[in-house]
Amino acid sequence: MNNIQKNRLKDQIFKIWGIGCTLFGLVILFFFIGDILIDGIQRIDWSFITDLPSRKAEKSGIYTALMGSIWILCLTTVIALPIGIAAGIYLEEYSKKGKLSALLEINISNLAGVPSIIYGLLGLEVFVRIMSLGASVLAGSLTLSLLILPIIIVATREAIKAVPTSIKDASYALGASKWQTIWYQILPASSGGILTGVILALSRAVGETAPLIVIGALAYVPFAPSTPMDEFSVLPIQIFNWISRPQHGFIENAAAAIIILLLITFVMNGIAVYFRNKWQKKLK
Amino acid sequence: MTLDKIIDPALKKVPKIEVKDVKVWYSDFNAIKGISMDIKPNTVTAFIGPSGCGKSTFLRLFNRMNDYIDGFKLDGKIKINGDNIYKKKINIEELRKEIGMVFQKPNPFPKSIFDNVAYGLKIQGINDKKFIAERVEKALKQADLWNEVKDDLKKSALSLSGGQQQRLCIARTLAVEPSIILMDEPTSALDPISTAKIEELIFELKEKYTIIIVTHNMQQASRISDYTAFFYLGELIEFDKTKKIFTNPEKQQTENYITGRFG
Repeated sequence: MNNIQKNRLKDQIFKIWGIGCTLFGLVILFFFIGDILIDGIQRIDWSFITDLPSRKAEKSGIYTALMGSIWILCLTTVIALPIGIAAGIYLEEYSKKGKLSALLEINISNLAGVPSIIYGLLGLEVFVRIMSLGASVLAGSLTLSLLILPIIIVATREAIKAVPTSIKDASYALGASKWQTIWYQILPASSGGILTGVILALSRAVGETAPLIVIGALAYVPFAPSTPMDEFSVLPIQIFNWISRPQHGFIENAAAAIIILLLITFVMNGIAVYFRNKWQKKLK
Repeated sequence: MTLDKIIDPALKKVPKIEVKDVKVWYSDFNAIKGISMDIKPNTVTAFIGPSGCGKSTFLRLFNRMNDYIDGFKLDGKIKINGDNIYKKKINIEELRKEIGMVFQKPNPFPKSIFDNVAYGLKIQGINDKKFIAERVEKALKQADLWNEVKDDLKKSALSLSGGQQQRLCIARTLAVEPSIILMDEPTSALDPISTAKIEELIFELKEKYTIIIVTHNMQQASRISDYTAFFYLGELIEFDKTKKIFTNPEKQQTENYITGRFG
């Protein structure tokens, strides 16, 4: 075998190895989704979504947990979105590049990697106890906002960084102030990237369980929350609760609820991909 | 003291520029090493010199575009109609409305043709639609682009060719009605036909504006400029009438550069 043949063989081996690695993840994911679908799909109907939780598996629905998740999602968006984007803009456009901004940068990147349960403990102490919000939707949303803020900030900064300097230069050279340049040029040009980051962050928030359990979210609530101060449950907690029960009916319920939760995150990720593609086309 | 002298439309007299012993540092790097020059109104002045000689840095001093670069420091005075533009209380936004700039690479905003030209007016808070439409038309005509785009002003500016984009950028600058226009190698990214169009345009604009242009193209400098300044390593080697620079320069270095013996 000469050198060229050897190299070709190596090339082939690596190619097959790569295909194998790619398939490994996909196959496991498909196996998991298939398993969940077999267990849960026949359980999903309209009443499963609109029914309140019950002691009997076949009568139980996810209404309160779904509503809790939607409440959490909306409130978290309202809280985290403006703060995260504003912080991202500040760090990228206003703060002087120096030791302080380098320190802030490292800290924010690190915060994105802190285990979520730590945020739960922080939320329990600050929001539930010191601010005495109780185990309310508001306390849960504030806690999850802290959790996803670093992700939104980092995404905002990356999106702003991707805006060509030539566009900023053109705006400044025409007499635009910093704020006008940000508002009319930088934000429109980076909105796709920012939105992508925000949606991915929110889809993470909607799947979080640990921090909400820590702050005292309930596994069983008889009513859907109607104000931000109400107690609540969310889908992942409902799933966790059902899975830990012995009766087979609840396992089916859990599988069905997982399908709904997956659907929500898939749709959100799909929206994120859509915006990213649209944005890339616009910038060419 | 304000910039009234420059911006009062009643007195709309094209200003003169005086530069006195200007030095520029980027952190520790001394990019401009003490330059003085006067630029007369209604002239085209070309800045030439090899890459890295400081001519672009020098050009960007006049509308303070270097302010955003980390470690930028300036010493000396630049006066426009007698006002020091680096004094503390200057309104930089007002200054930039008076001193327009066209960049090396055409950089239209990812918006419609109309919105590109109207942007400078919009940020001044002008809402009068009729006024804006008139100004946009006038600016596009001045930039010799109106006939090519008048039927699709709503089209994205990014759909135009490179040469059209650059003329759009010139129109965008003209719409704000500055009195000085800075051009940083405005034709270096364009083909010869687009370049010729822009050179013609510069020639016409001279009547109303003072133009300073950085160029790497010796023929371009000799064709369109009245004065030429030759820069080398952060210093102004020679500054004189273009004709003199290109036929009978004082310094050997200048002659070597324009005849292509170095640079």
